[in-house]
Amino acid sequence: MINNLNILLPEIFLTLSIFSILMIGVFIKNSFNLIFNLSSLIILLTIAIILNSSNNVEKIFLESFTRDTFSNFFKILILVSSLFVLNSSKNFILDNKLAKFEYPIIILLSILGMFFMVSSNDIILFYLGLELQSLSLYILASIDRDNLRSSESGIKYFVLSALSSGLLLYGCSLLYGFTGSTNFDLIANELSEENTGAVFAMVFILVGLAFKVSAVPFHMWTPDVYEGAPTSITSYFAVVPKVAGLAVLIKFMLIPFSKILMEWQIIIIFISIASMILGAVAAIGQKNIKRLLAYSSIGHIGYALAGVATGMISGYESSIVYIAIYVVMNIGAFSCLYLLKKDGEYKENISDLSGISKKHPILAISFLVILFSLAGIPPLGGFFAKFYVFTAVVEQKMYALAIIGLLTTVISAFYYLKIIKTIYFDDSIISFDVTKNKFAQLSIFISCGILITFFLYPSVLNNVVDTLFLN
Amino acid sequence: MDFPILSTLIFLPLVSSLFIFISRGQKNNNSAIYISLFSSLATFILSLFVWYSMDYASADFQFLEEQSWINDFIKFKLGIDGISILFIVLTTLITPICIISCINSVKDRVKEFLIAILILETFMIGVFCSLDLVVFYLFFEAGLIPMFLIIGVWGGPRRVYSAFKFFLFTLLGSVLMLVAIIAIYWITGTTDVTQIYEIKIPKEYQNLLWLAFFSSFAVKMPMWPVHTWLPDAHVEAPTAGSVILAAILLKMAGYGFLRFSLPMFPLASEFFTPLIFTLSIIAIIYTSLVALMQEDMKKLIAYSSVAHMGYVTLGIFTFTKQGIEGSVFQMISHGLISAALFLCVGVLYDKLHSRMISTYGGLVTYLPKYSFLFIVFALAGLGLPGTSGFLGEFLVLTGTFQKNYLVAMLATFGVILGAAYMLWLTKRVIFGVTKNDQIKNLKDVNKSEFVILGILALLVILFGFYPVPLMETLNVSVNNLINNYENAVKASGLN
Repeated sequence: MINNLNILLPEIFLTLSIFSILMIGVFIKNSFNLIFNLSSLIILLTIAIILNSSNNVEKIFLESFTRDTFSNFFKILILVSSLFVLNSSKNFILDNKLAKFEYPIIILLSILGMFFMVSSNDIILFYLGLELQSLSLYILASIDRDNLRSSESGIKYFVLSALSSGLLLYGCSLLYGFTGSTNFDLIANELSEENTGAVFAMVFILVGLAFKVSAVPFHMWTPDVYEGAPTSITSYFAVVPKVAGLAVLIKFMLIPFSKILMEWQIIIIFISIASMILGAVAAIGQKNIKRLLAYSSIGHIGYALAGVATGMISGYESSIVYIAIYVVMNIGAFSCLYLLKKDGEYKENISDLSGISKKHPILAISFLVILFSLAGIPPLGGFFAKFYVFTAVVEQKMYALAIIGLLTTVISAFYYLKIIKTIYFDDSIISFDVTKNKFAQLSIFISCGILITFFLYPSVLNNVVDTLFLN
Repeated sequence: MDFPILSTLIFLPLVSSLFIFISRGQKNNNSAIYISLFSSLATFILSLFVWYSMDYASADFQFLEEQSWINDFIKFKLGIDGISILFIVLTTLITPICIISCINSVKDRVKEFLIAILILETFMIGVFCSLDLVVFYLFFEAGLIPMFLIIGVWGGPRRVYSAFKFFLFTLLGSVLMLVAIIAIYWITGTTDVTQIYEIKIPKEYQNLLWLAFFSSFAVKMPMWPVHTWLPDAHVEAPTAGSVILAAILLKMAGYGFLRFSLPMFPLASEFFTPLIFTLSIIAIIYTSLVALMQEDMKKLIAYSSVAHMGYVTLGIFTFTKQGIEGSVFQMISHGLISAALFLCVGVLYDKLHSRMISTYGGLVTYLPKYSFLFIVFALAGLGLPGTSGFLGEFLVLTGTFQKNYLVAMLATFGVILGAAYMLWLTKRVIFGVTKNDQIKNLKDVNKSEFVILGILALLVILFGFYPVPLMETLNVSVNNLINNYENAVKASGLN
């Protein structure tokens, strides 16, 4: 039993820490700063605990909870990205009077939910983790209570997400009905191509997951929520839940649905192509950067799903590399937004960026690197992400998917170029305040550094990801 | 392994651009100009050293460098042969010239401009050095970023349109090449060019792969009908941008045909020769006619570039020694001549801020030195014997006559058209009546302009009379290329 608890140590630590800082928040007034710093510390400690835990595969609690390299990798990715997202947005939170002590606590709670998602080996545990995550996200979307748009986005997200959770739960119960088990391994044994009911269940589950990673045609909430929610929350939405969602998707393909991959693949190929096309086309007309990044994230999820659609380990690996680089790029892009402050107000229209290259050359060049990387132009990191995905796709002789995918990169290059054009070619209108947001600057620096130097040793991520599927 | 001389060559400009980036914050730009000039000259001297010390008698790739790169299966492989060294030297020669020219013409954000030029130089040298398809693609595409900025930030009034058109056209062409590269990797198990030469890609794949590569090179070349980005890009780009675009970026495509399309897909190359011949002939005749109609000097030279590149593709796909050597020679000579012509237009543009032919006229009276140089380059551009322009076209036509009389005749017709637009341009700009009073107050070329134009004029005339150094360098590599091609075609039993 004690051994079991050892395996669960990161989750236990996180839960207890959340309870204790919640108490601090309740009993100490104006404790936002304290709690904020404590949460960063908790995230760091959790990373340390996970790094220290062994990587052997352990399944505990009636094999409903797994701890292996796969889950550990994703937990660390989730924690590190949350750490950067949270800290780079601190000034934004303070400036926009969002400094409620619940803010970091709810973020930690959603992280806890994602932990259970990526570790679950059982439908019920998976669903509980997903709901914990989703409920936290609903609150976060509407955290700016007095702002109409924020509240609207929260409600919108809640209603649609609840619907998708319902579909997912329906799929889960169908799956239980047709296979007689909730355990992933047992389900995998029971399933076969002839099991039509289970194929039904799979479709419902896929719909739920596609909603969570905002893949077309379940993406409708994304632009509105991204635009309506405060930027600090949007950056969290754009990064962390996608990582968890993709991890779960891969896990479903890997274990419970491994025997009915064919059916599952067709749907993912469709979703992937639709996401790539919509992400490329719909972003063209956008004037708001957050909305544009929402569409761009839909497109990026499309590319990541292209790797998943191969149904091969090499494809999953390429998707994981893709999502990791995507995280780096998005953290950089959102950190840039935190520096666009004028008279206490954060600008979020593309036209506000006009000519910032003259007044803020360093910020402009960072934005340039990140945008070209998002567009997938070599020699930046984004190119290698796409390269790996399409290498895996072509390996499976899915030439149509590869060609459509690469053609959409050309279309999406257009709107990234449009932002670069605004930054570099247009005359400057606004001179932004020189904000002392050290952490945002640091994360921009790290993000650009990774993207620029990635070509020196492009297989660094692959070497890590290779180890995830050894067992 | 020996000293990694090619990597040094590639990354020297990049490192010096980093220095310029760090040295920001000073009021004048002198230090930036000196750093960039010094480093580009050092790169030039280094490339001359490489040229001098390589073995012309060997058809193998030399100065090989190999570094494990992506997952141990794709290597960062560099190496040069007789063909690529010429392009490298051309690149390293043109870059310092651009830097000198920008002292006069670029007034705004000079440091950033120099950084962009140096980074672009790194990518361009990288293209000509790489012996791995992925490395090649990396450098080939990366060049888009600095060029996009050069056109967009320092360009003329329609710069945004031109920069976008340039970027998206080229990117669209290239993504298909990326698919092809990945496909080649899965077919042959490697992206190392030298290994692919040995393995020989199966016949059934060759045509599609060839087309994918063609889509990229045709846009870059540019071939009719995807040439429309070039006039726009040339017209709006600043002088140095036009020079690099015409002198080097266009040559990447010709080099790509020689390095990749021909040796990797010999059967497909044979199969698609009629297509290339047709497009080349259309390019030569149609764009020459279009050039005749232009009222903008830069546009005229841009269309003449398309026509000249028509000879290059024509020569490459004759698969004869004369044709291919002529193509390479034509590329080098066009690199020098078009660079010089764009510089000449730039000199005038800096003074009167007009590129229209009608603004000028009768320059010979007031700008004698300038007029002399302009006439030299115009004559070289139309292929006057004694200039380098003649030799390239002559060799290409000789090669073409061995293959197809009709095509050769039509191409020869293009030479006449070339003479027509170039001479008419000279007549209208240099001679004729001075209608514009401003011209009377113009100063002749200053020292730095005279030096760079003079060097280019000397080279153009030198190579016109004494092409031996270029030909000697090329000889063995081209022979080897043709031998391999003929063996592959014979083996397949097509001929």
